[in-house]
Amino acid sequence: MSETERDKPKKKDAGKIFLEEAAKSPLTVTILAIVTGLLLGGLLVAVTSEDVYAAFSDSPWEALKVGANAAWKTYQALFNGSVGNPGKIIEAFRGGDPETIRRAINPFFESLVQSTPYIFAGLALTLGFRVGLFNIGAEGQLFIGAATTVTAALFIKGLPAIIHIPLSLLAGFLGGGLWGFIPGLLKAKTGGHEVINTIMMNYIAFRLSEYLLRGPLKNPEGFSPISAMIQDSAKLYRFFGNPIRFHLGFFIALLFAYLLYLFLFKTTWGFTLRTVGLNPRAAKYAGMSIVQSTVIAMFLSGGLAGLAGANEVLGVNYNLALAFSSGYGFDAIALALLGKSHPLGVVLASVLFGFLRNGATQMQVSAGIPIDIISVLQAAILAFIAAPAIIRTIYRLKVPELDIDAVTLRGWGGN
Amino acid sequence: MTTTTMKNHFAYVSPTRRRVMGFIFLGLGIALWALFAKNVEPGVETTFVLTPGGATQELPDWVFPSLPMLDILAVVCVGVGGYQLARGFGKRTNLMLGMAVALFIFGFLTWATSGGTLNLAGLFRSALVKAVPLTIGALSGVLCERSGVVNIAIEGMMLTGAFTGAFVGSVTNLWIGLLAAVLSGALLGTIHAVLSIKYKTNQIISGTVINIFSTGITSFLSAKFLQKYQHLNDPGRFPTIEVPVLSKIPIIGPIMFEHNMFVYALYFFLIVLTIALYYTRWGLRTRSVGEHPKAADTLGINVFKTRYLSVILGGCMAGFGGAYFTLGSVGRFDEVMTAGRGFIGLAAMIFGNWNPVGAFGAGLLFGFFDALSAKLAILKVPIPSEIMLMFPYIATMIALAGVVGRGQMPAADGQPYEKE
Repeated sequence: MSETERDKPKKKDAGKIFLEEAAKSPLTVTILAIVTGLLLGGLLVAVTSEDVYAAFSDSPWEALKVGANAAWKTYQALFNGSVGNPGKIIEAFRGGDPETIRRAINPFFESLVQSTPYIFAGLALTLGFRVGLFNIGAEGQLFIGAATTVTAALFIKGLPAIIHIPLSLLAGFLGGGLWGFIPGLLKAKTGGHEVINTIMMNYIAFRLSEYLLRGPLKNPEGFSPISAMIQDSAKLYRFFGNPIRFHLGFFIALLFAYLLYLFLFKTTWGFTLRTVGLNPRAAKYAGMSIVQSTVIAMFLSGGLAGLAGANEVLGVNYNLALAFSSGYGFDAIALALLGKSHPLGVVLASVLFGFLRNGATQMQVSAGIPIDIISVLQAAILAFIAAPAIIRTIYRLKVPELDIDAVTLRGWGGN
Repeated sequence: MTTTTMKNHFAYVSPTRRRVMGFIFLGLGIALWALFAKNVEPGVETTFVLTPGGATQELPDWVFPSLPMLDILAVVCVGVGGYQLARGFGKRTNLMLGMAVALFIFGFLTWATSGGTLNLAGLFRSALVKAVPLTIGALSGVLCERSGVVNIAIEGMMLTGAFTGAFVGSVTNLWIGLLAAVLSGALLGTIHAVLSIKYKTNQIISGTVINIFSTGITSFLSAKFLQKYQHLNDPGRFPTIEVPVLSKIPIIGPIMFEHNMFVYALYFFLIVLTIALYYTRWGLRTRSVGEHPKAADTLGINVFKTRYLSVILGGCMAGFGGAYFTLGSVGRFDEVMTAGRGFIGLAAMIFGNWNPVGAFGAGLLFGFFDALSAKLAILKVPIPSEIMLMFPYIATMIALAGVVGRGQMPAADGQPYEKE
């Protein structure tokens, strides 16, 4: 029996070998998870379409066709909304009118605008995961970061942009950092689990920003809880004219992704943090300070999340409103896992989610599919990423010999 | 016998803690005097109404002079602090802490109401009502976590329960709606159980999956159907039932026994769950699985089965709590209507030390602050209601930090079990 098995590989053709090798790669599971998630989303659209049930009276086959058609149309709208309508883009370039061209290519750049806060928040979660910390408080840190940023960008006047922008970003970083530092310190000093504490800090942040926007930060001329517009010198540069909002923040996000990569993988500090994440006992034995690593990691993680808020204030909205974040901090959990807790992976995952979310906004308008379907997709993808065994069972993939799991987290009681 | 030794073990209060507690009592006493008593003019009176709005029986209002009351409260607090520093209350320390905090809150209300009127009974009644979803959420957490499975998905399970309850309740009737809500919670509980027990997914991630999914699917379906066809979102509400005899007790009756079914269900669950967890074989097994699954397995307890059952029951409980929002409170479903109450439930569970009665106490406290924040504006107290609403979260963080004694969380909470 063993002989025949040994002979087998020789008979295989190149295509089969490629498939088998690909099946072992962790990337395959990621891609299949995304594809399966999208298929499930299509199924949801079909199942909840009234036309499908109407077609059932003709024949089940007809209903199936209508359902598939509805799902196809939805994803078509998603594509047109996130990348742009190819026909329109070609037509616009033929016409040559700059305004029309900008309108046609706007969806693509708007998707990148949507991706930017995702990158920051995803990086925040990534840094936490690498140190074995689950920073579920990115959303709160984002709010606080936005609040400190708007304070710096609104009330400091007369600075040149070259100083004002970095200063405002720094304010956001410190605000978010403080919101991460507190749970980090509590974790390090008292052992209070960071998941609980960051959840609590989230709600404290929400209440605090409600208070700030009804009181000190409120635009004195308005009635609604919205801050005044920030100084022009603090606005991030936009590369194109209206309506394209694509701004410098995207490249700042990429820069931070690269910096985080350097920090984690090329510096002693990063090595220490990763060691603490993988095996705190070994780290302690090697003389690394778990207390220090935890506090530093939570501070930096909070800071990155704060930058996501700062980016929205300085690049997109130019002011602070109550519901300016559509859950970037929570989505970031999925992003960091999807990106395998690697900065490059996070950037790719963020761009994907940026395109999905932006496309979904358009989808809601043109195909009448509520934007919330994105959350369903996200939950499905997240479940498949977190439990790769499900994907392996569905597609009959083999379990790789070395199953690398980038996420090492401990339970409530864990030290 | 084991329970008595355990109790003795917990009764021990370290000298540091004794002193910290003593200073806390002293601090509360001094704060009562400095913050409230000093700011009240002599001769001003405080009026507490003891009849909740709409109650059938009448009780005279409670009127007393504000300043002497505050002085008495401050002296009592300082006295308690002095005794604690000198001798210590031993195992009654936590009880005394609760009392001191209660005195402080009473002092705050006395000061805030000085020269005015506050419906105290109405405040308590509203606190109890607000505590219902929090406590049921916390009980869901207790069920899951006592068996060693972390459940941060309470929020999502409640939201789904609220949606299903409203939808099915509109199509059929209230009771079937309630049943559907419970079943939808059970379904999510099963998903959580399969992900975290079978696939050994990180339990926090698994919970997050359920939270994101629930927000998405309920908002999606609500936007697609409930907003278009209004009659699908009109389940009605469970009626208020006055408990015979009990509702006639002065003060307590109107506060506790003139509610709809959910409040009575809460009392029922509290009793049943406490008995089940601490006085039955099932409870002992569940707790042992949460504390030390390997030892439990060695003794022949099926760890996986126990955990599955607990998590699914926890899901049922959260689904029931979710139904409260639509079938017990508002009478319709709104997108993301739980608004983080599942997470406050989680906080109540932690604050209540993973114990049903403790969770109820925490739920009441959090509910009280929620109710109070609504009254502050009327009382013209210069504290923004948003700041008041932060209290549950801050209290939980302080409790978790072990300032007032370390909580006793299940030792194996959050750790997947691998059978060897």
